[in-house]
Amino acid sequence: MAKITFIAFDGTTYNVEAENGSTVMENAIRNAVPGIEAECGGACACATCHVYVDEAWTDVVGEPEPMEEDMLDFAYDVRPNSRLSCQIKVRDALDGLVVRIPERQG
Amino acid sequence: MTAPHRTDVLIIGAGPVGLFAVFELGLLDLKCHLIDILDRPGGQCTELYPEKPIYDIPGWPSISAQGLVDKLMEQIAPFGPEFTFSRMVTALERLPDGGFRVSTDESEVFEAKVVVIAAGGGSFQPKRPPIPGIAAYEEKSVFYSVRRMEAFRGHDLVIVGGGDSALDWTLNLQPIARRVTLVHRRPEFRAAPDSVNKMFALNEAGELDFRIGQVTALAGEDGELTSVTVKGPDGPTEVPCTRLLPFFGLTMKLGPIAEWGLHLHENLIPVDTEKFQTSEPGIFAIGDINTYPGKLKLILSGFHEAALMAQAAKRIVNPGERIVFQYTTSSTSLQKKLGVAD
Repeated sequence: MAKITFIAFDGTTYNVEAENGSTVMENAIRNAVPGIEAECGGACACATCHVYVDEAWTDVVGEPEPMEEDMLDFAYDVRPNSRLSCQIKVRDALDGLVVRIPERQG
Repeated sequence: MTAPHRTDVLIIGAGPVGLFAVFELGLLDLKCHLIDILDRPGGQCTELYPEKPIYDIPGWPSISAQGLVDKLMEQIAPFGPEFTFSRMVTALERLPDGGFRVSTDESEVFEAKVVVIAAGGGSFQPKRPPIPGIAAYEEKSVFYSVRRMEAFRGHDLVIVGGGDSALDWTLNLQPIARRVTLVHRRPEFRAAPDSVNKMFALNEAGELDFRIGQVTALAGEDGELTSVTVKGPDGPTEVPCTRLLPFFGLTMKLGPIAEWGLHLHENLIPVDTEKFQTSEPGIFAIGDINTYPGKLKLILSGFHEAALMAQAAKRIVNPGERIVFQYTTSSTSLQKKLGVAD
């Protein structure tokens, strides 16, 4: 289990208990966190679950795989800490993770 | 108007469910014509995730999405379906005799006794990049595809993206544009390495400009661009631009289906679960685009819907004809249709 904090574009925070093995995107959808669309349902095929990983967490979360990098080309306002949340698997080490949701998903 | 193309059943959408409908309709001797906005069969399977394995196709513990589409094409080949690709169905009207007339964005006209909407999430359309005010420039100086290369001759052209479309058009339009600037957010590309190497060589030779960054603002008047702002690692730069070609992939939109007078529920088409017919008799909807109590958006559910729809479609195309229920394992007449009879 890990606690994840989503910070919406308007600053509202959502604290979510996430199970290991689930994806950060799935936890956003299950808890109705606004701003995560996940059009393709987690296939790494649409870039509509784009998040910014809090700077303190980028090392722990890690770098995107090449396929995810390709997909990020389709996201809006991509930054060095951009990730697709469907590609981040929850694990104990991510307990306390903070991600921010961009202004829009393209 | 060109002479209409006539068929028994017109299927909108050539994804897995539209393809399998050809099989079920074919067993009942109905001829099908499929129209799809993509340039090849497979729908989302081929466009979004061709290499991803699917694990819930009965009988296939694991099959790639493209593999499934290939198998479906093989399975329906005996029925000789006809395809019209790269077209959007724009209009659907009922004819006085009860059939339907369907037209495309390229003015082709089809007439069919039954229409099956198997359009999945809707039609694939280019993704509009989220640059403020871009809509005012679309079709005047911002384009999402190249229909005629000549339209770009002598222009300051900015192309955005890192896939094959972006790279191919960069290379093809470079000789005729006044100046081509390719903008991509990173130095790695999804496009074929050969095209990428050619682009870098032209960049080295000063024949085009490659900039790392993202287009964040547009400047111009009355739909005519004059420049764009490219925000790169060293801050924003103003780049002269009279034509912009963004290639940000495709997204799904319901599109003109919404204007055909069908009842809709949250962009889905409600159907009954006996025939999968819409609110308009003779128009059916199967696969991800339909909705009914308990609906699951699974390919296998779409296959089931296709089989039941076919029975109802047969009764419309050949009213009064008795339908004999048969199995492909034992029916010589079905096996003849499939080309496997002894």
